[in-house]
Amino acid sequence: MSEALFFRQSRTYKGSMRILDGFRNQIALAMAGKKGSPWGSGDNSGSGGDDGDGDSGGSKPSGPRNPWLPGGGGKDGPRRSANIEDIFKNRGPEGPRRGGGGGGFKMPPRPGGKSWWPVIAFAAVGLWVFMSSFHQVERNEQGVVTTFGKYSRTIGPGISLTFPAPFQQVYMADVTTVQSIRIPEEGTEKLILTGDQNLVDLQYKIRYRIKDLKQFRFQLAEPQQTVIEVAEAAMRASVAEQTLDDTFSGAGRAEIQERVRSRMQSILDAYRSGVTVVGIDIEETDPPAQVVDAFKDVSVAEQDANATINRARAVEQQILAGAEGDTAAFDKVYEEYRQAPEVTRRRLYYETMERVLSNTDKTVVETGGVQTYLPLPEIRKRAQERSAQPSDITVEGQ
Amino acid sequence: MGNLWQDHKSSIIAVGIALVALFSTIIVVPETQQGVVIRTGEPVRVVNKFRPDQDFGDTGAGIQWRIPIIERVEYVDKRILDLDMEREQVLSSDQQRLQVDAYARFRVIDPVLMVERAGTTQGLRSQLEPILNSVVRQELGRFTFAAMLTAERGTAMTNITRKMDEEARAYGAQVIDVRIKRTDLPEGTPLAAAFTRMETDRQREAATIRAQGRKNAQIIRAEANATAAKIYADSYGVDPEFYDFYRAMQSYDSTFGPAAAGQNKGESSIIIGQDNEYMRQFRGRR
Repeated sequence: MSEALFFRQSRTYKGSMRILDGFRNQIALAMAGKKGSPWGSGDNSGSGGDDGDGDSGGSKPSGPRNPWLPGGGGKDGPRRSANIEDIFKNRGPEGPRRGGGGGGFKMPPRPGGKSWWPVIAFAAVGLWVFMSSFHQVERNEQGVVTTFGKYSRTIGPGISLTFPAPFQQVYMADVTTVQSIRIPEEGTEKLILTGDQNLVDLQYKIRYRIKDLKQFRFQLAEPQQTVIEVAEAAMRASVAEQTLDDTFSGAGRAEIQERVRSRMQSILDAYRSGVTVVGIDIEETDPPAQVVDAFKDVSVAEQDANATINRARAVEQQILAGAEGDTAAFDKVYEEYRQAPEVTRRRLYYETMERVLSNTDKTVVETGGVQTYLPLPEIRKRAQERSAQPSDITVEGQ
Repeated sequence: MGNLWQDHKSSIIAVGIALVALFSTIIVVPETQQGVVIRTGEPVRVVNKFRPDQDFGDTGAGIQWRIPIIERVEYVDKRILDLDMEREQVLSSDQQRLQVDAYARFRVIDPVLMVERAGTTQGLRSQLEPILNSVVRQELGRFTFAAMLTAERGTAMTNITRKMDEEARAYGAQVIDVRIKRTDLPEGTPLAAAFTRMETDRQREAATIRAQGRKNAQIIRAEANATAAKIYADSYGVDPEFYDFYRAMQSYDSTFGPAAAGQNKGESSIIIGQDNEYMRQFRGRR
């Protein structure tokens, strides 16, 4: 597409075509990976050399005409306009390759006609020296400076100056931020044996930070792996000193945490690892998944027991309140009774009898000597009728 | 450029040769490595050898020299290295099995010996691993299962470390410590038995808790009844004769009196004889 564009342009503006053509040639050269730098060389007699190379390649195109370079370096042919043949030679799949490059992109010479190369080289070296000599150490970091691999000093926050890279090197690491590792990794169950030979599933976090970067860097082959393994060993040992129930209780857990921490610290100090264990956090203590139902049933049983006790307390309240109510009523009546014993007694008697007898069938046997015949079947029949009747009435009533 | 080459050809070549010679003479030893200088197959000296009392910066690390071509340098790690034991089944003195996972931390303190006997640190590891396995199994096997779990309490771990160290010295290594990372019950019957034990233990606990709850409830009810009895006795005991009358009245009321809503007292017929106290006035004055 772009080539077609160039082509069309070249027909219209022949003058500018030459520059474009050369430019395109240059791009093609760069893309084809032809040896020699695309920036070329301003020094014809020197290391350049790709001029000749390009020329011997074949058709001797005029090569890119450097817009800044007047007249070419003598090797180039006389200036001429690009004709259609040149254009076609340089097009197509292997056109530019066949055509070769030519002089390349040439920088103007420095005053005095010398090459830019030394300048560029010096600048690159200078930049390298600068970059590897100044070190910005962040607020939470420290840096260990080594001279040919040998420890020379530790640098604190701020910008520090060292010798450049091959001589001195700086290793920087965060020494204030507390790092944490979770054991075991998410979603795995690691059972630990307790002192009473039960199993518990513990999940915990180790929090540590680097106390001495020099030791951390040079003393241990695998610092993080070491911290993890030490934690596992310390946790196993500490849990083995506790019973299963202790590991579930808050106090037992706190004790385990503290023991693990001090154990870890003493082991890591023995290694001279330069690590401070800030703390251990037991996040979860669970019974193994296989027996978790039995453990849950224990807490259910506790609830059940509490429920039973609550019900008993309710009954207790009823009994006591009933007793107090009854006796309070009795006490009141007794007080009255004491005021006028005979009258009160009679009153109570008649009132009660009224209530009782008004509600029942009564047969008064007035005359003495009458043999009373008690028709029990008759009474029962009447009772049955009585009990049937009210329901009839209610039906009729509705 | 060309001129420079033409004019100083010999000096440039000389400098080049000097540089090559320098670079083949210099060796750079980092703090984390010890170098064994080997001259024609024979270790002659060690650079940056580990010494326990040396601080970093005072060590032999940094630039060191060697005779080019005839001396070559073999590097050995100076740091504390890790030796992981394969998971091992240990039989306790009371014939129980336990899966033990241990590790040892060691350091090469005699690199010459180490290079001679084991070659590389990797070779050293493969030499030490079976030793660690057998030492752990032997030493722990003397203890009962329960004591094995708390091996740190006794002398077991120090014994293991000491034995391990003795063996490792032959390879130029020092064992710093041996620790048990994990102890697990073997899969299968022992693990299943442990689970069953835990389960039944909890079931026992649950049953105990429920029984205790029932017991407490009973006690509470009994206490309530006792308290109530005392309240009644205190109150009614003042006049037992009046209580008898009062309670009888209440009892008649509730037996024969009007039924409360939802209550079924049954039918009662009363035949009152003329001698009844209630009928005393009914008879009129005679």
